[in-house]
Amino acid sequence: MFADLPILSLTIWLPIIGGMLVFASGNQAANASRWTALTVAILTFVVSLALWAGFDTSTAQMQFVERTSWIALFDIEYYLGVDGISMPLIILTTFISIFVIIAGWEVVQYRPASYMAAFLIMEGVMVGVFSALDAMLFYVFWEAMLIPMFLIIGIWGGPNRVYATIKFFLYTFFGSVFMLVALIYMYFQAGSFDILAFHDLKLGLTEQILIFVAFLLAFAVKVPMWPVHTWLPDAHVEAPTGGSVILAAIMLKIGGYGFLRFSLPITPDASQQLDWLIITMSLIAVVYIGFVALVQQDMKKLIAYSSIAHMGFVTLGFFIVFMIFAGDSASGGATLGVEGGMVQMVSHGFISAAMFLCVGVLYDRMHSRQIADYGGVANTMPLFAGLMVFFAMANAGLPGTSGFVGEFMVILASFQADFWFAFLAATTLILGAAYTLWMVKRVIFGVVANERVAALKDIGSREFFVLGSLALAVLALGLWPAPLVEVMDASIVNLLKHLAVSKL
Amino acid sequence: MDTIYLIIVLAPLVGSIIAGFWGGRIGRAWSHWVTTAGVGLSTLLSFYVLYRFLAGSTEVYNATVYSWMVSGGFRFEVGFLVDQLTAVMISVVTFVSFCVHVYTIGYMAHDEENWPDDSLAGRNSYQRFFSYISLFTFSMLMLVMANNFVQLFFGWEAVGLVSYLLIGFWSVRPTAVFANLKAFLVNRVGDFGFILGIAAVAMYFGSLDYAQVFARAPQLADVQVAVWGDSQWSLMSLIGILLFIGAMGKSAQVPLHVWLPDSMEGPTPISALIHAATMVTAGVFMVARMSPLYELSETALSFVLVIGATTAFFMGLIGIVQNDIKRVVAYSTLSQLGYMMVALGVSAYAAGIFHLMTHAFFKALLFLAAGSVIIGMHHDQDIRNMGGLKKYMPVTYWTSLIGSLALIGFPGFSGFFSKDAIIESVHASSIAGSGYAYLMVVAGVFVTALYTFRMFFLVFHGEGPRDAHAKGHVKESPKVVTIPLILLAIPSIGIGYFTIGDMLFGDWFKDVLYVAPAHAVLEIMGEEFHGAWTFMLHGMTGLPFILAMAGLATAAFIYLKRPSIAHDIKTRFDLLYLALDRKYWFDELYQLVFAGGGRAIGRLFWSLGDRFVIDGVIINGSARAVGRMADWVRTIQTGYLFHYAIAMILGLLVLLTWYVIV
Repeated sequence: MFADLPILSLTIWLPIIGGMLVFASGNQAANASRWTALTVAILTFVVSLALWAGFDTSTAQMQFVERTSWIALFDIEYYLGVDGISMPLIILTTFISIFVIIAGWEVVQYRPASYMAAFLIMEGVMVGVFSALDAMLFYVFWEAMLIPMFLIIGIWGGPNRVYATIKFFLYTFFGSVFMLVALIYMYFQAGSFDILAFHDLKLGLTEQILIFVAFLLAFAVKVPMWPVHTWLPDAHVEAPTGGSVILAAIMLKIGGYGFLRFSLPITPDASQQLDWLIITMSLIAVVYIGFVALVQQDMKKLIAYSSIAHMGFVTLGFFIVFMIFAGDSASGGATLGVEGGMVQMVSHGFISAAMFLCVGVLYDRMHSRQIADYGGVANTMPLFAGLMVFFAMANAGLPGTSGFVGEFMVILASFQADFWFAFLAATTLILGAAYTLWMVKRVIFGVVANERVAALKDIGSREFFVLGSLALAVLALGLWPAPLVEVMDASIVNLLKHLAVSKL
Repeated sequence: MDTIYLIIVLAPLVGSIIAGFWGGRIGRAWSHWVTTAGVGLSTLLSFYVLYRFLAGSTEVYNATVYSWMVSGGFRFEVGFLVDQLTAVMISVVTFVSFCVHVYTIGYMAHDEENWPDDSLAGRNSYQRFFSYISLFTFSMLMLVMANNFVQLFFGWEAVGLVSYLLIGFWSVRPTAVFANLKAFLVNRVGDFGFILGIAAVAMYFGSLDYAQVFARAPQLADVQVAVWGDSQWSLMSLIGILLFIGAMGKSAQVPLHVWLPDSMEGPTPISALIHAATMVTAGVFMVARMSPLYELSETALSFVLVIGATTAFFMGLIGIVQNDIKRVVAYSTLSQLGYMMVALGVSAYAAGIFHLMTHAFFKALLFLAAGSVIIGMHHDQDIRNMGGLKKYMPVTYWTSLIGSLALIGFPGFSGFFSKDAIIESVHASSIAGSGYAYLMVVAGVFVTALYTFRMFFLVFHGEGPRDAHAKGHVKESPKVVTIPLILLAIPSIGIGYFTIGDMLFGDWFKDVLYVAPAHAVLEIMGEEFHGAWTFMLHGMTGLPFILAMAGLATAAFIYLKRPSIAHDIKTRFDLLYLALDRKYWFDELYQLVFAGGGRAIGRLFWSLGDRFVIDGVIINGSARAVGRMADWVRTIQTGYLFHYAIAMILGLLVLLTWYVIV
């Protein structure tokens, strides 16, 4: 029933065109533009659900493929398709976007229509990144993503937003130009921009290493990996709540997705040669960043650092596969590692979104993100406190929540690579709990700290709906991750088969 | 049959959800009814399951409820393993939980007094408390009924979560929210080892299902693994010790014991339920459940033994100098958990579980009785202010006496049988460390009797209450409080006598707890076992009995006859007293090294690594470099035609020269 419709194009262009219409309608009819934006976001989510419903989990082939020539002169095509790796991320994008729209409903009074429009366009572009199978098309979406985010932080951001936007833009742009060079190089080798053709491209080790490094610069900045992570805390602090949510929940995932779609399959030998580098950077992200998060005074910075630490599990899970291949244990661990990284991405999408929304709820009321300004919030906002404690526990990786699943899988897998990898990775159990729950202790518990906390009003039905929905998602994925893993399994097993064969 | 198991687990969860989400709407009475009924149903069904095992009319049940996840050839499943061990555990857990639910109706009746007037968190606190303790019961049941490591870990962390929520229940008290964070983090240190142990099992066994792991264990008994460089470790020792680190966190063994005394900041019903009877014994249960693995490593067993013995004696000593009634009982719990670990260390798993069971009843009783005293004293917990409560609180007095006698191992009471069995099995064991352990557990008997009856006499006997303020107010607690005391007093007296034969020396645990032939201490003891009565008579001629009586007599002499002696000893051995009073400085050390050190490292990484090196030098440094370069280049762009003309001519000259030379 869905087969005839261009589902992917719809998922991309519905929000982009919808966003443009909302933008064109102007900021006077604020309520109308909010409702339009929400309708478009919900509609997009419903359309994207068709991807899940019609998805064939038994194959690693690209599905929902759309392919027509775009710029024939350079063999650039409008080529879309999804597999088990991109499909869950697309649904994550459309899901989270709904809550971003709702969360900005009343808070954003300055140019509300433009705000909604920026997020809708952002949504479409991000879906484009996940579904593009033509490298040029991918690159266009990739760079296009920067524009709405740049505007979101630059227009609706905090006092230091100019520094943050420029840092954000230069950092990510710096990374991506190298990727462009690599893509063009491979175009000359392969004769097309077809990403799947790149996968089968024969490349020498030196070529592979150069291409790998080019990709690494692009993706490591996006993830972000240590030591190119410092743009993230600044960007988060200055971004409005919705911007932080999109940034943490989805944009970071694009880096992780890039490793799976480009680095690993295109340059498997270079990945194997340099896996120690990625593993080291990932473990530093988990341990070093965990300590850094501990001493943050600003809630958003703390959660931003926590994001970096959690994303360390993603890259760790992806790159331990070679050492597991080399070891004598059964190779099941490699699958566990990559799937764990994927689960961690989806889970982090929910949890980081929720955590930033929680901070947003407090910020909207008190206009402060400083932990020291709070204390005893549970006494005035018990409902909110319950939800925030729940998300904090999820952030600390409590079993039964989604935060546990990915970390658990990656720890299990990294043990098969090396005891000490697992040892360092598992420190997150202590560090993650320490920085998250210490913040909760200072913000939520205790006696009412000051007059302003005493005057706080508990969350309304709109905020409850947003946080409650995310809580359900976190719980569902924690209690039954099987459906998500099943969807991605064929694609990841296929990827690992591909990786096991040297291109040399 | 599986429907029954599902109901046992889910009934408390349903109660918890109703009271938790709709507690405000359905009100206090319905909230306690629905949760108590849920747990009551679980209790009845657990007893039924136990009965069926006793009657031999049911088989061991091991089946999957649903498939949690399949990845990389691993099947992670949620499922139940119900055997004789599980049957005992669920019966104990649900029964104690039921008693605590009933007791809570009385204990928390005026909880609104514990909150500031305008605190919304205090508005439905009564309902929330019931929701938490039912949620705890669900989590604990998931833990003991698991048939695989993932679910075990789920239950393990879920009870930790509820413990966190309940220790910090009175969230407006700074000490409470300090204690709950500390409890969670110290437990996480244990879980850090635990999850690595699980990862090791997953790697070498290729499965996390108990049945498959246990079946494969003997084949892997001699596997050596390199952990650090080329040093070879026995795989089983590695797994055993890593898993036990988890148990040290949950069961509060030295040096991860520091959270348990602080957990007394929580309301007393949960101290009884979570921090005495059930959750803290999860580590004991886990090691017993893993007996097929532990039996393959004497190193791991010795490790368990030495840690347990150290905890048993040295934590008991601290109990002697505590003045907070709940803390005395808390240190007693630490010490008794050490006894259970000792039993496991000498492969007397059945004795460990046996003591777990008797202890659950008499320690829950002692805690609830302490709570009753606290109600009577209007929330004063200092035993120095009490005294003479015997005549005001007769039910509390007599039940406390029963609990105390059981705790010190007075012949005939339940604790006597379990503790004597542990001491005897240590005596019979020849594993490394058993000599030290024997010394510790025997000396511990005296210490136990001393601190137990010091507290008992100070609280109930003599003139009093010593606190003038409390005089005239003290009265017996209401029936919802005293009935659970009586309910718990019954097994505290009788359960040991009636079950020792079957549990320790019969074949109740024959197929459940695996004991290698070389470690079969209980079997040796079993040859001389001729019924509980002769066991008791025999015990009354032994050293432990004499020491227990000596401890009791010492307490009686000091605290009933010559109170001045206590003070003399305190001044005579001031250094020892200081060490005990400061709890061997564990808290100060950890606060300095881990809490302080962690923050210091964090600040260092942040200010030096992130802000100075990465942002300061590299990022903003390169931005500044670009800026400076631009400034320099900008100075060349003067806009004067003659500047440009000269540059062109100079350039031309340089080029021409270069051509001519080359």
